[in-house]
Amino acid sequence: MNAPLALLAELTHRCPLRCPYCSNPMELTRASAELTTTEWARVFAEAARLGCLQVHLSGGEPTARRDIVEITAAAHAAGLYTNLITAGVLLDAPLMASLVAAGLDHVQLSVQDADPAGAERIGGMKGAHARKEAAARIVRQAGLPLTLNAVVHRQNLQNLPLLIETALAWGAARLEVAHVQYYGWALENRDALLPTRAQLDEATRLVEAARIAHRGRLVIDYVVPDYHATRPKPCMGGWGNRFLSVSPAGNVLPCHAAESITGMEFANIRDTSLRDAWENSEAFNRFRGTGWMPAPCQGCENAERDWGGCRCQAFALTGDAGATDPACALSPHHNLLAAALVEAGTSEFRYREFG
Amino acid sequence: MPAAARRLCAHSVTPRFAPGVRLHHDIARERWVVMAPERMFVPDETALEVLRLVDGARDMDAIIDLLAVKFAAPREVIATDVRAMLDELVVKGALRP
Repeated sequence: MNAPLALLAELTHRCPLRCPYCSNPMELTRASAELTTTEWARVFAEAARLGCLQVHLSGGEPTARRDIVEITAAAHAAGLYTNLITAGVLLDAPLMASLVAAGLDHVQLSVQDADPAGAERIGGMKGAHARKEAAARIVRQAGLPLTLNAVVHRQNLQNLPLLIETALAWGAARLEVAHVQYYGWALENRDALLPTRAQLDEATRLVEAARIAHRGRLVIDYVVPDYHATRPKPCMGGWGNRFLSVSPAGNVLPCHAAESITGMEFANIRDTSLRDAWENSEAFNRFRGTGWMPAPCQGCENAERDWGGCRCQAFALTGDAGATDPACALSPHHNLLAAALVEAGTSEFRYREFG
Repeated sequence: MPAAARRLCAHSVTPRFAPGVRLHHDIARERWVVMAPERMFVPDETALEVLRLVDGARDMDAIIDLLAVKFAAPREVIATDVRAMLDELVVKGALRP
C-alpha cells in the first residue's frame, strides 16, 4: 500500500459564490457541523506523519472560516506545503499578510469567465470579478506564487483566449484550464455545461499554442472532459493510492466526490486516526488496486494506467460504483455519454445552494 | 529556431527557484522532491546535483565549474547537460532564469 502524497482539506461548504458546477456534494454541510481548529490541526499532523507532503486548503470558500490563519499555521507547522484554493472575494491585504506570516506557500484563485458579466452570471455573485482581480494583485504584492484556475464549459469556452490573457495580466505563473467534471451539481447542470466536440477541439488547440507562445513564463495544466473520450481518466491516480480528502464534517474520503456514492460509509476523523482510515477503512479498500475490477478492466493492459476510471462517474451514470467508467469505449454503458452530448444545449443553471 | 527549442537560460544567468518552489526532503520515502504549487516531482540524480547548487547567487558558469570538478568531467560535456537541464526546469516552472 502506498502512502498518500496530498491531502485535500475541505474546511467548509460555505461560499459567497454559487457556481453551478461546484464540486461540493449536493447535500452541503452546515457551519455547526464543521471540524474545529484543533481537530484540523490534528488532521494535518497525522497527514504529515502518514506521508502527505502537500495540503490543499479548500472549501467552499476556505477564507469564510474565521480561523483560516490558525488553520494555515497548523498545516505549516505540520511540515506540509500549503495551497490555498480560493474564490478570492473575501481576501484583503491584512488577511493576506497574516496568511503569509502563517506560512502559506501558494494561492490558487478561481475565475469563472474572462468577461465580468459572464463571470458574475456563472458564479452567481455580483461584483465578484473585480474583487478577484484585486485579490490577484494582493497575492502578487505579498510575493506569493499565483495559479489561476479557470473552469471551462459550453458557456465560457468562447473566451478561452481572454482567460489565458487574464492569467498573464494578473501575474499568474500557472494556469489551470479545467473542463467541468460531471458529478453532483455539475451533473445536475450537465445540459448547460457540456461542450461540443468542436468547442473541445478548439480549446485543446488554443492551450497547445499558448503553451508554446508563453513557454518559460506561464505553465498551463489542462484537464479534459471525458464525455468525448474513448479511454477514462486515471481518477485520483487510483482509489486510495496517493490522495485523500477530509470533508468539513470530518469524513475521510478517497476523493472529494466520494460521498455522492450512496450507501458507501466513511470513517470520521472524530472516531479514528487518519492512518486507520487510510489503511483499514472499508471505503478506501473497496476499490484499491485492481482486484475489485470487473470485465473489461480485469486483465486490461490499461488497468494500472487508468485504474478503471472514476468510481463516482461509474456510480452516477450506471448506479454501480464498481462498474467500468462509461467514459471507456469498452464499457457496455459508453453510449450514455453520446446520448448526454445529444441532449446538451440549455443555458439555464440550477445554482448551488444549501438545501 | 522553433519557439519550442528557444534557449531560455544564457551563460551569465543566475538561476533561482521560482516563487513557491523548493527542494524538500521527503522523510517518509527517503528522497528529495521539488515542491511546487500543487505539484511535486522527483528530480533524477543529475537534476538533484544541479538543483542543490541553485542558491540565487551562483551563475550558470559557476554551477558548471563546480560540477565539472565534482565529476572530473570535461567542462563542455557538463555545460551541455546543465544548460539543457536548467531550460527544462524553467519550462516546468521550477526555476527562473
